[in-house]
Amino acid sequence: MLVNVERRAQGSRTMAYMSPVLAMVLTLFTGALLFWIQEQNPLQGLYTFFILPVADLYGLSELGVKAAPILLCAAGLAVCFRANVWNIGAEGQLLMGALFGSWVALQFLESTSGWAMPLVLLSGALGGMCWAAIPAILKNHFNTNEILTTIMLNYVALNLLLFGVHGPLKDPDGFNFPESALFSEATTLPVLIEGYRLHLGALLALLAVVAVWVVLSRTFIGFQIRVLGMDSSAAHYAGFREKKLVLLVLLFCGAMAGLAGVSEVTGPIGQLVPTVSPGYGYSAIIVAFLGRLHPVGIVLASLLMALVYMGSEMGQIQMGLPLALGGLFQGVLLFYLLACDFLIMYRIRWQGFASNVATNEA
Amino acid sequence: MDIDLITNILFAMVRTGTPLLLVAMGELICEKSGVLNLGQEGMMLMGAMAGFAVAFVSGDLWFGVLAGILTGMLMSLLFGFLALNLNANQVASGLALTIFGAGLSAYLGGDFVGKPLTGMEAWVIPGLSSIPLIGKALFAQDPLVYLSFVMFGVVFFFVYHSRPGLILKAVGEAPESAVAVGLSVIRVRYLAVLFGGAMAGLGGAYLSLAYTPLWSDNMTAGRGWIALALVVFASWRVGRLLLGAYLFGAASIMHLVMQGLGVSVSSNLLATLPYLATIVVLVLLSSNQARIKLFAPMSLGKPFHKTQ
Repeated sequence: MLVNVERRAQGSRTMAYMSPVLAMVLTLFTGALLFWIQEQNPLQGLYTFFILPVADLYGLSELGVKAAPILLCAAGLAVCFRANVWNIGAEGQLLMGALFGSWVALQFLESTSGWAMPLVLLSGALGGMCWAAIPAILKNHFNTNEILTTIMLNYVALNLLLFGVHGPLKDPDGFNFPESALFSEATTLPVLIEGYRLHLGALLALLAVVAVWVVLSRTFIGFQIRVLGMDSSAAHYAGFREKKLVLLVLLFCGAMAGLAGVSEVTGPIGQLVPTVSPGYGYSAIIVAFLGRLHPVGIVLASLLMALVYMGSEMGQIQMGLPLALGGLFQGVLLFYLLACDFLIMYRIRWQGFASNVATNEA
Repeated sequence: MDIDLITNILFAMVRTGTPLLLVAMGELICEKSGVLNLGQEGMMLMGAMAGFAVAFVSGDLWFGVLAGILTGMLMSLLFGFLALNLNANQVASGLALTIFGAGLSAYLGGDFVGKPLTGMEAWVIPGLSSIPLIGKALFAQDPLVYLSFVMFGVVFFFVYHSRPGLILKAVGEAPESAVAVGLSVIRVRYLAVLFGGAMAGLGGAYLSLAYTPLWSDNMTAGRGWIALALVVFASWRVGRLLLGAYLFGAASIMHLVMQGLGVSVSSNLLATLPYLATIVVLVLLSSNQARIKLFAPMSLGKPFHKTQ
């Protein structure tokens, strides 16, 4: 035997941080291979995918535009996953935020009030919270599996959004297109730099990450969340109120995802459309894992995921590659990550050709 | 409502329930072995895409069916490697499989979007199909629906009346004891995962070859997830899967019923019904915790560590 796999006595911290890096490198190699199969120059492909989109200031601003909703969702999800609450519903919570926010924004079409914008943002967050409250209540009171309920609610939310843009929220002067009216100036998120699309939502996302970091690592409630996630019976013996924590983390995630949704419609999009999100809520799941549920990690991971979205657009424009390549990269990345995580708990020993190596009993 | 309408609703109910039944039977076997594979949606999508692509290129629908099954199995091997060999978290691995399947099927199926294909034709059984009400639903369906009936019988016999079925349940209920009597937990679980993949691929191929003969991105629209809920609904009992699948089928064709009743409701709102029905059913069945504990395989979702 050349290699020997043995279980570590304790999880390796180094590998926990190295695993995402390793997964990214493997994904890049796979990407190069895919470009080669498509009869494209692999290096040019990788350049077009990962460097060209952010080669200028405009590209960097767009990176922020795309990363903001992903980061907001991932910040919420990280808190849920820390508590071992498997919320897969960020996508639906995002859509409900967009729907609620749009409905309120449409009440301010003629307004120039300074209060309009905060109100719209708040209602978006509230929309996401309401949507996240459903799986929380069902889990707490009826013991319903939150994975399945949140997934189902994603599909319900999408259909409600479609109902909105095809029905009550449709622009009466819009030639029957399934879109709302364009929001007024008072309900459009201000941009951070004149001439670029980067908007206030990106700042909100960063604030959210800081809040997550403070709450998780510096407060008692954050401690309770972490204990609940690591060992629910320990949390129970310690007298922590599990149901309250479940409700809390889901409401927080709903608020963040809702904020992401309302920031999209009042930011880069400017109206309610059927395609508010190209799956940001699902990408955020990958981001949360890739970022190791750590605030700094998810900032980096969400930038990477935003880059994948931009890269697949760039690949389509520049090289005629299918847009779906982006989704494929995301899936491959998550697979590699889970596979590499094996190395956190297990050690692979290269034994050379010698057969006299003592085998360590774990 | 007249008799014709009811006959047609029953017919549509069985047709719509068939992919759910196929996928849910696969997942049931998988869960009986103690493995929770949340990747049904991704395997279904890959099965649908591969089935359509192969049928389109070869011109033979049955090659498509076969391709769907094999693709589902290949996908399930990826999950098996992560969850069984590398002991990765089963929930995360299943999610990864779904995300990967959605991406890969959209990527590989890009050239086949909007292509025409003549779908599978019904095998109308003379005589039996003219039984009032249920004749059309049971005896005027396409061959894959009949296959789902056959598979139901096979799975039922396998789980309740066969030795391998007993082994499967032993591994799912008490993996340590199964090892003690000389069974290979990993091998049994791999076989169960593979069967789950095959059925998910078949369910996907049914969608793209018979139900709506076309391929489009994410065409399964959450059916893989509904099938997962169906297993909980059935409390891991095979007989109830059949009932559940057709009930969910009925929820998905409410627009037909509404039309029949002359009610006009937004199609988008009606489209939420199967998902809402799933949630309601989950709530009703999960609220009794003792019941879940009684029927769910003991080791469900827990990785098995081989002891040296």
